[in-house]
Amino acid sequence: MTQQPKIRVLIAKPGLDGHDRGAKVVARALRDSGMEVIYTGLRQTPEMIVEAALQEDVDAIGLSILSNAHMALFPRVVELLGAEGRRDILLFAGGIFPDEDVPEIKKLGFRGVFGPGSDTREIADFIRAEIAARG
Amino acid sequence: MTESNAMAHLRARQSAWETGALHEALSRMPERAETFMTTSSEPIERLYTPLDVAGIDPVDDIGFPGEYPYTRGVHPTGPRGKLWTMRMFAGFGTAEETNARFKFLLNEGQTGLSVAFDLPTLYGYDTDAPETLGEFGKCGVAICTLDDMEVLLNGLPLDKVTTSMTINSPAAIIWAMYIAAAEKRGIPRAALGGTIQNDILKEYIAQKEFIFPPRPSMRLVTDTVEFGTRDLPLWNTISISGYHIREAGATAVQELAFTLADGMEYVRWAIARGVDVDAFAPRLSFFFNAHNDFFEEVAKFRAARRIWARAMRERFGAKRERSWLLRTHAQTAGASLTAQQPEINVARVALQAMAAVLGGTQSLHTNSLDEALALPSQSAVQIALRTQQIIAHESGVANTVDPLGGSYFVEALTTRMEREAERMFGEIEALGGVLPAIEQGYFQRHIADSAARYQHEIEQRQRLVVGVNAYVDAAPPRVPILKMDRDGERRQLERLARVKRERDAEAVSARLAALREGARGSANLMPLLLEAVLARATLQEMMDVLRGVFGVYQEPVIL
Repeated sequence: MTQQPKIRVLIAKPGLDGHDRGAKVVARALRDSGMEVIYTGLRQTPEMIVEAALQEDVDAIGLSILSNAHMALFPRVVELLGAEGRRDILLFAGGIFPDEDVPEIKKLGFRGVFGPGSDTREIADFIRAEIAARG
Repeated sequence: MTESNAMAHLRARQSAWETGALHEALSRMPERAETFMTTSSEPIERLYTPLDVAGIDPVDDIGFPGEYPYTRGVHPTGPRGKLWTMRMFAGFGTAEETNARFKFLLNEGQTGLSVAFDLPTLYGYDTDAPETLGEFGKCGVAICTLDDMEVLLNGLPLDKVTTSMTINSPAAIIWAMYIAAAEKRGIPRAALGGTIQNDILKEYIAQKEFIFPPRPSMRLVTDTVEFGTRDLPLWNTISISGYHIREAGATAVQELAFTLADGMEYVRWAIARGVDVDAFAPRLSFFFNAHNDFFEEVAKFRAARRIWARAMRERFGAKRERSWLLRTHAQTAGASLTAQQPEINVARVALQAMAAVLGGTQSLHTNSLDEALALPSQSAVQIALRTQQIIAHESGVANTVDPLGGSYFVEALTTRMEREAERMFGEIEALGGVLPAIEQGYFQRHIADSAARYQHEIEQRQRLVVGVNAYVDAAPPRVPILKMDRDGERRQLERLARVKRERDAEAVSARLAALREGARGSANLMPLLLEAVLARATLQEMMDVLRGVFGVYQEPVIL
């Protein structure tokens, strides 16, 4: 029996804010749940994030942001992924998002949006379910 | 009965109580949990008695308010004399919008100003830089030039209120803009009171808004300390901050130890510069978090004062009493607030603020109930300020000095935290000091471990957070969210373009060249920055000069 390949996840911090607590907690939890996790570090431009995602051949990208610049930065990441023909990569977001932005973020193609107080096991389950559904 | 007889008697009675009344109660009904712990995962005993404080000297360790080692506070009359400064951190959008919020807050009874800058400003970018996509005015106010600073401070009584500015990597430049704006209004710099955060060490450790590598950054901080000591005797040149260290996930003891270790590092650098410790030490101030665990927080403030006083007097040989004092601002814990059922955050903030007051803070910001959702709305800020006013005028806790002093529990906790902090100082020293410890990721790793443990405890329900993993309410939160002026960025860009158009370009180039020369050498950069600010060089132009000379720091990525 062959072992399932590990799910590869990029956790990235777009924009300028330095609040990396959530990104690190989620990255560790996903790693502990058996995924391969790459953490970009701080202050990543959309270009850097997409480049890292392609280079690392990830299945999913989680963007963490608390500066409220998400509506400027998220569309750019989606656009760059589209230009590379990689809209298949699962996108999810974590941070502080005003209620009214959540449907907008989902419309961009983010399958999961996780605010403060989210359970890391739910994030891991979400990723597994989404990846499984993609076959 | 002699003292040791009294202790023996107490010990005997305690044994009897344990085998008697306690045993009986436990056999009838076990306790709610096998072990109890603080917010920092520290174990807490069932009961504290005089036996737990037997090694603590009532004079040498606890003493009196306003007397060494200041465990009971820095002032003999505490809040009976002067209430703490109610200082709400505010800033968003343009200088005009933030100026209006400041006027609102002063009108509502606030007693000090506190400026939040937007992320581009914190990273030394002007509003027109491509790196700032989407960030204008989001987490604070955008300040690019002296003109912006003049608008920000327009009509504010700078000779009567003190202003705190949360700015770190570009602190020297923003401070120069503040000084220049005040002097243009005829207020001499020596009359200006306030604080620049200017605590670069905690940026590498936790907040992550560093730009230059640690050593040139420390040189810049030391420049401001030296300049302030000479020219602005009422200004606090560094606000040594544990707040962000705690928000990033540190425990209370880690916050205490890492912050004080940073403070001692600044003292070492200033002494090495040749500044007399008693000339600058009185202008160092602190900034701590006020988190959920009430007694642990009170003990943290008390321990901080005692450790600092002892270090300044014994380790650094400071002679003036004012050099021994740890004066502090406090802010309630943003990361403790929940997006779920946001209204209940008002209760959390009240308890945290009460801990800061009973801990003896000199100044306090209370968070708004919508903190986990967005920037605070005006009505949420008003409730937060009113919370402080209720504590001050209705709760009665400000009627006596250090009312928790002498509590067996609080004194035992204070001493335990002091010892634990000293153990951490030893670890940091073993790594070669604060800068090598940063470069090796010591602080970052400990903080990430604590943050992960805290999250794990919540997910395992070893720790209950109301509204998150207990007493959950499925209804979505409905609180009004701050709306910003959508036109602000355009107006800011117009002002910036106008300044660049109207200023004397040659003068700007000459000032920037002089700054570059100074940065390459060892001159104090403050006078050069003031000259450049007055010539209307922009924040980014000055920061780019310094980036060119000092380089840009890449942190080790630690998971």
